[in-house]
Amino acid sequence: MDFMAVQTEILILLLLLSTLVTDLAMAKGASRRPVAYLTAAGLAAILAHTCGLYHEGASPVFYMGLFLADNYALFFKQLFLLGMVFTVLFSLDYVERCLPHPGEFYSLLLSALLGMCVMASANDFLTAFTGLELMTVSFYILVGFRLSSADSGEAAVKYLIVGAGSTAVMLYGISLVYGAGGSLDFAAVSRNVHLFTAVGLAGVVLVMAGFLFKLSAIPFHMWAPDVYQGAPTPVTALLAMASKAAGIAVFMRVIFTAFPYLGEFMLPLLKTIAALSMIGGNLLAIRQTDVKRMLAYSSIAQAGYMMAGIVAADYFGMKAAMFYAMLYVFANIGAFAVLSVVDAERGGTSRRHVTGLSQAAPMLAAVMTISLLSMAGIPPTAGFAGKIYIFTATVERGNLWLAVIGFVMSMISVYYYLQVTKAMYRDLEPGEETLAEPLPVPSVARAAALVSAAATLAIGICPESLAVLTNFASQTFMQ
Amino acid sequence: MMDPFSLTFMDVFRFATHIGLAHFLLLAAVLFAIGLFGLLTRRGLIPALMCVELMLNAVNLNLVAFNRYLPMPDLSGQLMALFSIAVGAAEVAVGVALAFRVYRDRATVNLDDLDHLKG
Repeated sequence: MDFMAVQTEILILLLLLSTLVTDLAMAKGASRRPVAYLTAAGLAAILAHTCGLYHEGASPVFYMGLFLADNYALFFKQLFLLGMVFTVLFSLDYVERCLPHPGEFYSLLLSALLGMCVMASANDFLTAFTGLELMTVSFYILVGFRLSSADSGEAAVKYLIVGAGSTAVMLYGISLVYGAGGSLDFAAVSRNVHLFTAVGLAGVVLVMAGFLFKLSAIPFHMWAPDVYQGAPTPVTALLAMASKAAGIAVFMRVIFTAFPYLGEFMLPLLKTIAALSMIGGNLLAIRQTDVKRMLAYSSIAQAGYMMAGIVAADYFGMKAAMFYAMLYVFANIGAFAVLSVVDAERGGTSRRHVTGLSQAAPMLAAVMTISLLSMAGIPPTAGFAGKIYIFTATVERGNLWLAVIGFVMSMISVYYYLQVTKAMYRDLEPGEETLAEPLPVPSVARAAALVSAAATLAIGICPESLAVLTNFASQTFMQ
Repeated sequence: MMDPFSLTFMDVFRFATHIGLAHFLLLAAVLFAIGLFGLLTRRGLIPALMCVELMLNAVNLNLVAFNRYLPMPDLSGQLMALFSIAVGAAEVAVGVALAFRVYRDRATVNLDDLDHLKG
């Protein structure tokens, strides 16, 4: 057993335990800021530590191939850590004001992060399932964490019912795949010809359906808008960037390692679902007035873009999907940092609440605009580079129609993203003067928002730096 | 595969008297279908959770039966069943806690009445 393979997870677990103990040791009613600082500092240290773990040659394996710490997994772990550090930083003020037990909040965030990291490294259905459930069960609680808001509880219940149902469906699929494939190990399953029997194929379909539920791809998306809208704003941010990226990570691993020879049957179906997600997500987002709900539909569309990269089924497509997942993190940090401040100060996230933000907090309005333009794919933001990579990979594999749908839908998406910008920048009508009063912006949230906007622009202007990393990670995966 | 139209009385008799893998898979499939049907039709939160438990039990039955009747190299199926039991327990614990919390806010745990979020 090579404990070095699980060092990232061990460190996260230690951090989780120390936040729990710190929270317990502190006086009742005292500010939980120290716990937040401990979490952020610990995560930043772990992030720095993981930078040194990229390697050439064989990847470390833990416990008979259950857990594989390759460069691909490492890339996604860094993505989760990055998203989590920024979320903790920009939500400091929000958590203190709106959530009842801030100390426990940070422990739950870390347990969700632990689940995601296990998912990224999963090399066996058992590990993938355990990681997925650790993440999802933590998120059930996090979504319902805002006790003062009844919507938060409702969202949590909806998430729980849909999540538990889809878990059961996926597990049933895994049990059938186990019966047909004779093992839970991805590589062993792929080598077994019995996977092509009726039992095996039924299992594959159910496993795929379970993952698509977690990715909220259409037609498995019904839960996403309600959950995104009702959840506390920082949790929505994590659901959109980290939870989705974790789903993508394990989904790609399952498709390419466990079911590689089923591509002929599976890819047409996945292409259709990618196209449906791009079309449906963007069209449904148009009529939303709540920004969080709008971003939920937009995240369905973003899942569609990433799947368009995956169904290219080669190293270019995988690289493009990973690149896109990373830039989507930065765009989300910017947008949700602004929304958290607005939610804490003005008590809501509808378009009405962001009106006049250009006068109340010009910096936040600018960051929000840059982030939304990046999601829409307008140069010089990172989203443009990401979409170029994805659509190039799609066209090169002969799926021109999928790329055309993506292009058209990206253009349509500009409309609803700019609706938010319009609300922030338009002239205030008589009676709305109070909206122009300066908004107190916590300095940490301001810094997090600025850094994410700067990163979005930097990746957009000079995408090679990130592309080199995704190249390296996906190349070692494909070998 | 057996042709269903050429089944003799002896075939049916053998199926009815010798318990094998097929029986377990059939039972699991029926359990799973009942659970899924209940999850889609029942409107209460607690019955919905019970239906999820039914589905998870179908999964456990499948895993253990495959592990027992097929030539598997290890006990990974039984191990997976243990994990799925533990996860199911955690899910239900969170589910019941959420039911309490929603009941306090809305005085109901009927899923149809939780319709405040829409757009």
